[in-house]
Amino acid sequence: MGRFLLRRIGLALVTLWLLSVIVFVAGEVMPGDVARSILGPTAAPETVAALNEELGTDRSVVVRYADWISGVVRGDLGESYAFRRPVDEMIGQALWNSAKLALLAFVLVVPLGILGGVVAALYEGRAADRAISVGGLSVSAIPEFVWAVAAILVFGIWLDVLPVTAQAPPGAGVLTQIEYLLLPALCLVLVLFGYLARMARAGTVEALDADYTRTAVLKGLPRRTVIRRHVLRNALLPTIAVVATQTGYLIGGLVAIELVFNYPGVGRLLVRAADQKDFPLLEGTVLVIGVVYLLATLVADLAYAYLNPRVRFGGAAA
Amino acid sequence: MSTVDDLAPVVVHDSGRESRRERLRVVLRSKTFLAGAVIVGVWVFCALFGPAIVPHDPYADDILGKLQPPSTEHWFGTDRLGRDVFSRVVVGARDILAVAPLAALLGTVLGTALGLVTGYFRGLTDDVIMRIVDAFLAIPVVVIGLVALTAVGPSRVTVVLVIGIVFTPIIARTVRAAVLAERDLEYVEAARLRNERAPYVLGGEILPNVLGPVLVEFTVRIGYAIFAIATLSFLGFGIQPPAPDWGLQIFENYGLLSAGDWWPTLFPALAIATLVVGVNLIADGLTRAFER
Amino acid sequence: MSAVPVSADAPALELDALAVAFHVRGQWRQALRGVSLTIAPGEAYGLVGESGCGKSTAALAVMRYLPRNGRVTGGAIRVGGADLLAMSEREVRRYRAQSASMVYQNPGAALNPSLRVGDQVAEAFTVAGLSAAEARRRGLELLTRVQIADPASVLRRYPHQLSGGMQQRVLIAMALASDPALLILDEPTTGLDATVEAEVLDLVAGLRAELGTSILFISHNLAVVRRMCERVGVLYAGRLVEEGPADGVFRDPRHPYTVGLLRCLPRGGTRKDERRLDTIPGVLPAPGADLPGCVFADRCGLVRDICREEEPPLHAVGPGRTSRCHFWQDAEALPHTAASPRPVRGPVSAAQRPVLAVAGAAKTFRQDGQHVHALAGVTLGVGPGETLGLVGESGSGKTTLARVLLGLTPPDAGTAVELDGEPLAPELSSRSAEDVRALQIVFQNPDSALNRRFAARRIVGRALTKLLGLRGARREERVHELARAVRFDERLLPARPAQLSGGLKQRVAIARAFAGEPRVVVCDEPTSALDVSVQAAILNLLVDLQDEQGVSYVFISHDLGVVRYLADRIAVLYLGRLMEVGDSATVLAAPHHPYTEALLSAAPGLGGEERARIRLEGEIPSAAAPPSGCVFHTRCPRKLGEICEREEPPLAEAEPGHALRCHIPLEDLRRLQAAPPGTTPPAS
Repeated sequence: MGRFLLRRIGLALVTLWLLSVIVFVAGEVMPGDVARSILGPTAAPETVAALNEELGTDRSVVVRYADWISGVVRGDLGESYAFRRPVDEMIGQALWNSAKLALLAFVLVVPLGILGGVVAALYEGRAADRAISVGGLSVSAIPEFVWAVAAILVFGIWLDVLPVTAQAPPGAGVLTQIEYLLLPALCLVLVLFGYLARMARAGTVEALDADYTRTAVLKGLPRRTVIRRHVLRNALLPTIAVVATQTGYLIGGLVAIELVFNYPGVGRLLVRAADQKDFPLLEGTVLVIGVVYLLATLVADLAYAYLNPRVRFGGAAA
Repeated sequence: MSTVDDLAPVVVHDSGRESRRERLRVVLRSKTFLAGAVIVGVWVFCALFGPAIVPHDPYADDILGKLQPPSTEHWFGTDRLGRDVFSRVVVGARDILAVAPLAALLGTVLGTALGLVTGYFRGLTDDVIMRIVDAFLAIPVVVIGLVALTAVGPSRVTVVLVIGIVFTPIIARTVRAAVLAERDLEYVEAARLRNERAPYVLGGEILPNVLGPVLVEFTVRIGYAIFAIATLSFLGFGIQPPAPDWGLQIFENYGLLSAGDWWPTLFPALAIATLVVGVNLIADGLTRAFER
Repeated sequence: MSAVPVSADAPALELDALAVAFHVRGQWRQALRGVSLTIAPGEAYGLVGESGCGKSTAALAVMRYLPRNGRVTGGAIRVGGADLLAMSEREVRRYRAQSASMVYQNPGAALNPSLRVGDQVAEAFTVAGLSAAEARRRGLELLTRVQIADPASVLRRYPHQLSGGMQQRVLIAMALASDPALLILDEPTTGLDATVEAEVLDLVAGLRAELGTSILFISHNLAVVRRMCERVGVLYAGRLVEEGPADGVFRDPRHPYTVGLLRCLPRGGTRKDERRLDTIPGVLPAPGADLPGCVFADRCGLVRDICREEEPPLHAVGPGRTSRCHFWQDAEALPHTAASPRPVRGPVSAAQRPVLAVAGAAKTFRQDGQHVHALAGVTLGVGPGETLGLVGESGSGKTTLARVLLGLTPPDAGTAVELDGEPLAPELSSRSAEDVRALQIVFQNPDSALNRRFAARRIVGRALTKLLGLRGARREERVHELARAVRFDERLLPARPAQLSGGLKQRVAIARAFAGEPRVVVCDEPTSALDVSVQAAILNLLVDLQDEQGVSYVFISHDLGVVRYLADRIAVLYLGRLMEVGDSATVLAAPHHPYTEALLSAAPGLGGEERARIRLEGEIPSAAAPPSGCVFHTRCPRKLGEICEREEPPLAEAEPGHALRCHIPLEDLRRLQAAPPGTTPPAS
């Protein structure tokens, strides 16, 4: 188990480093002439050169990367071109806001998705299964911004039961914040539910067909016990890994949702930065997003290793 | 007494065609597949013949007639520039149905090649490439797309390229998993014992066995591509105005929701929804067919 | 202790014209057709048959655990007199908890990987109403009874931490927890090593004697059933075709199928030079196929018109014996399918230079940071036209050795492989085209050995192109020649593997192996995945090809009967080391290595001989941590003493052509193994 941990963390660090390279390349190298892409094709060459010098983008790529990465490691992500504020400060607050939204969505979708998948598996081939599988699939396929728009229309404007801005007034209590966050969270839930349910279903179906389930039934155990002690334990283990990868889709969904609901999270920040071609802010935000994802998958892998006796107590026959 | 020790009572025609026919039969019997095919079929029709059949010119603005609710003249109403929403929705199918499959195709071709190579050779190449893939996968598609398109500037071509390249690692992962399952089977070793070289083993022996999953993956990716491109257009970084792209239409018009002008937003939204669902139903039907 | 009301005379199990069908792809397929059998209390009944005959279906029906698409379409099942099919859900659960238990194949999969063994064992008791503490106590007791050393530690472990044999013992313990009236065993030892299998069977026999449980033993292995059961029923295509006392049925079969089946097996030490194996022509019918008249008519050597028109009734053919055949009196007179005896070839001269030789073969794998010594210093040779049998259990290294010879697995430095005296490169990719052509392989599992997307024609044709450079018409011609040589119907050449039976697929694999005119063909358990009746045909084919082409075989098998039939010389491997090598007759008869002795005694024979069981203590050690000195000393029943722990005996030639790795001198072995006390010497 110890070796596994070390290996896994080592891999995560390597991936993290590669991530930083990718982000840097996308942000600093691809635009070519950074100042030109900010100022546009009609600007005079002298102005462009001056801006490049000011931003430091006239130096070689390697030097710029070294500069940037050393800053990142120290926690300094540079300064936003457009807003003239330290990037880390801007990301910090946005990250906290997004985290609240994401957490609410997660708390809702994980139990729902697992429950849906397990129920679908238990009634495999019958109406409930078709409804959950096809329904979940169809609903997830629709982009979250479409749901967001529809949700605002239905709940916010026509029915007028929920607020359409996600941001609660400052100083509001937890419950009020949840009320405001409910609509956007629901949109995220709709998009994530399908895949999660499908994975849970697949895991449960496999466990139901397994030999050890047969052993349990043939022992004379009641169905409920068989499902609880034998099927679910083994079915839900692989679902943990899936939940982690869903973090990626969750964050992707945040982008559009925050925009529609005008919520000051990392998603909206990202779009703003892109609009302004504010590369330091873009890079910093994307890097942070990547780190969050890698952390989530790392935690999931560790949890899986802990819960799976084969990995935890490795080792062969004796 | 027969001289042949074990006679199989089956008479065989061209077995390749038969198994393909059987699979087609299964696919066509699936209700999900059929439903999906119908929906997508409608949109393909719109994409192909849209400009010829629409009542109004999708690009013609008419500021005086702006924001009119649905009526017999304008079935879906008009948008904030007075353009007929119905015509724009119908013609909008063309853009998305041209760009999304192309992007998916690019990703599938590159991803399959990458998956084959890493899955078969393993070793250092595999480790290195898979770490890069993991790094890519750490960033959501929409986010990378955003950054990349900011850097190179959005247009139909760059969208295809960016989405295609972003999908490559995802597809490579799936193909790699399929290849890993195959390469341990003995027929691969039997090939080595025939002096077969790696390119043949990969392309001639293993690839035919992973084509099934690749096809399914391709169809699924079309759905995701539509999803991603619509989202990027919605964010302003996909297909550019004045194209009647659906995501773009929503981007241009959703601010009007609170004012009560719902139709320029709702109908493109429904269009996206139905198309993506249709594609996913097709993909689902195909998955079931190949599962057997 | 059965909760079901029972009269003392009621049979433990009674199947009364039981019929079971499955709904597959829109059609109903009959899996069991009117099967009737009775198991008296305390009796062991064996149900034998090949794949698709319905034996597992019968077991599942008796546990009322048919899959969703299965249904009992007729007849009745009575357990201890109670009607099983009439029971409610609750009653069925009680029945499963208290009256009947089942143990089946693949013990690793049958245990929940996420629960500790102790918790799973305890469940078997708590479901019968005991308290948790009482369950734990009884669990410990039961594990001791199934001869698990240190049961407390085993209870704390997870299933993946136990060996296959131990897992099966745990499952047997759980099955016997409630002292059921009926115990069903469905291929319980298939997949276990020979010595482990013998232990498990001994255990079952012992427990049965102690507890008086009735047993339904399902297997395709006739010898095992003969050993364990008093009565036997032979199942073919869902019909019981013969039934009676095991001794009687196996010694004097009264149905053509049983006769054919018994003739297929290499029995009583017959060798390939003496006679060909009989085969049963045709293929096993697909499960649920429609078979008017007698189910066996299509393949029967005694078939007449009446057989196809009228299903034979059950004839009483002796005391307690029945047979479902119109012509049961002529059963023994079934014509042999093996034509003339094979021409006897001259013995392979030992002086001839070996075609393929390996010296000091060693291979170490790195796994989870440990060094697994799969092979350690094996030196062997195969002569031209000779068959070398490689024998050993899991971890013996026999497959690794074969792969080293072929170049598929690069060995450790210091290994020298030679073809015709010329050194061979260790890696396949460095070998010349002729060298690659000279060494080919037939794999165990034809499903994965053939590319399922290719037609048989292409599979063989491609080999011809790459190995001999044949193309066009010449190649087509040769494909047909090869198909004829392996007795593969040329009309089937366009078929893909999925459309071919196991035997046919294996013929394609053999044709492919022989395409390049090889010198040596490695056969890695080529018939283990095939049914008995098909196995004989493939073995005959292999011998014929060897006669015609003078090819040598390295034949790997765990089935000693098959090895005895085929091999000219035998090498016995244990934990990567060569324990004994020599002529097959010499190796298989005393004096031989104690391990060989144990292997032989573990394999039940059909001749009815009683061999003293050599019990091996403990489990096969891990190749990552081999014991010091002689690696066999931890289990050797004839261990001399401290010298065996300290010093590894060298592989020494005890007599010309026969080498042993043992500290015990040959003469002492001869004396010790001559007549183990209390038994008759084995028939040879």
